Amino acid sequence: MFKQLPADETEIIGIVFNGKALQAPKGISVAAAILSRNPDHTRTTPVTGSKRLPFCMMGVCYECLMVIDGQANRRACATYVEEGMRIETQLGVGPALALEGGGSE
Amino acid sequence: MNNHYQLLVIGGGPAGLAAATTAAERGVTCALLDEQPTPGGQIYRAIEAIPEQRAKLLGPEYLRGRKLVNEFRQSAAEYFPETQVWSIDKEHQAGLLHNHQAHFITADQIIIASGAMERPVPFPGWTLPGVMQAGAGQILFKSAGIVPDNGVVLAGSGPLLLLLAWQYLHAGVEIRVLLDVTPFANHLQALPELPRALLAYRYLSKGIAYQLELKRAGIPIMFGVSDLTAEGNERLQRVRFSHAGKRKSIVSELLLTHFGVIPHIWLTQAAGCKHRWDNSQQCWRPELDDWGNTDIEGILVAGDGAGIYGARAAEHAGRLAGLQVLSALNVISRQERDQLSRKDRKRLHEERHIRPFLEAYFHLPDNLLATPGNDTIVCRCEEVTAGQIREAVAAGHENSNQVKFFTRCGMGPCQGRQCANAVAHIVADARGKSVAETGLFRGRPPVSPLTLGQLAQLPKKGTA
Repeated sequence: MFKQLPADETEIIGIVFNGKALQAPKGISVAAAILSRNPDHTRTTPVTGSKRLPFCMMGVCYECLMVIDGQANRRACATYVEEGMRIETQLGVGPALALEGGGSE
Repeated sequence: MNNHYQLLVIGGGPAGLAAATTAAERGVTCALLDEQPTPGGQIYRAIEAIPEQRAKLLGPEYLRGRKLVNEFRQSAAEYFPETQVWSIDKEHQAGLLHNHQAHFITADQIIIASGAMERPVPFPGWTLPGVMQAGAGQILFKSAGIVPDNGVVLAGSGPLLLLLAWQYLHAGVEIRVLLDVTPFANHLQALPELPRALLAYRYLSKGIAYQLELKRAGIPIMFGVSDLTAEGNERLQRVRFSHAGKRKSIVSELLLTHFGVIPHIWLTQAAGCKHRWDNSQQCWRPELDDWGNTDIEGILVAGDGAGIYGARAAEHAGRLAGLQVLSALNVISRQERDQLSRKDRKRLHEERHIRPFLEAYFHLPDNLLATPGNDTIVCRCEEVTAGQIREAVAAGHENSNQVKFFTRCGMGPCQGRQCANAVAHIVADARGKSVAETGLFRGRPPVSPLTLGQLAQLPKKGTA
């Protein structure tokens, strides 16, 4: 569905998507990094479980909600990749919220 | 970040940058809060870091943002990236989220420059993976160099669709077809506005040049398209539509749609500013005076968040709002304000020449906005269909807010940003009223989500 145009001199960092190690250019949004890998979906809806991908990419539609570093309901389009970031597909409302400072390990 | 600034500017697009620079140059303490990681807004997104080759593909109008961002960077205004503002109140207190922490800060004056968002228009299949807004395609291109890989269908109405097609063409993207849903009747309706638009021939000639270039490149463009439908099993496989009296379809895994842009009013709404329905722009907008003042003293709006006039107009409006703030803070006199504003006011007037023509030409038909067909999902979050909304109206619920309480439409994470206008149109259509009468969902803070932990760590209001 999408591809990355040949990048010039971009710093590459490592992220983890659904347990799999991936590389992504530093500074791009989580949604962009994941979309460039052409996933089937990035969340399922809490109401009917239907599959969704990011829609607006500018922070207003909330379709790109994902579990990022253990925290559910984060907008992947308004969150930027960082070294070692763990990103997961959000199923329904996602896992119960991790305690502050806890993470999901 | 301090607890108090003379001026708080929300949004790092052309209006916000120009406003902050204008005020900071005169020694006013100013903080600019931006959702994005770097200044530029959606229009000049990623302008500072973009590789030269990609910047060229985006066209000369994009590169214009460099000067604006440079001037802002050189000013004494403080810049806070990746900062969400989730409330503003009449006492000029802003609730914000920065570095995962919630804060309150106050300001003497606040300029809201939250810009525009794509007008969400529900149609069958628009929730399928593979259907996105054209603006999303452009953001992926600008900020990450990501473009469609295996062909794309572009559909909708408005200048952005043409611009994106032109940008994709230059980036070597395969455009399967461009489906223009602008009704033919609009051409006639727009004719009386053409003489004034000719004063802004630069925009007209650019639009025509883009279209000619696309045609020369062999991109099929179909006009007068209707009944757009996205189909597929768990993801987009086909786009179906009516054209020249026939039902047609095209295979594609990606459909990017555009139905114009509307002001992003969630903050002005949460602040309690007065809004009105604009029939020509087909959107709600805050009520403002010539300087951008809302009906709440010391809260101003500049740029497309005040009504759609485009990036250049936003820059001028931002400077005007900045000058008004300087005058309100007694840094300059009213006479100085009027004197200093002349050039921007003249340019703003010139920038607006094209608008009545564009608004008439790209006016969307009411039946499209009122979501024909009962099975179409209107509220993407709570998955409420147009049929359920019509049932609620038939049961006696007569405005948008009643429909919201009854159906949960607009109560999901996006807080109605995607369905508010469609609901207003459906209710208006079903009751034979105007959209102005059926109203908009009430907006309440927090306008963007906070965790309970972040809320709990907030100091009591006023003690920050």
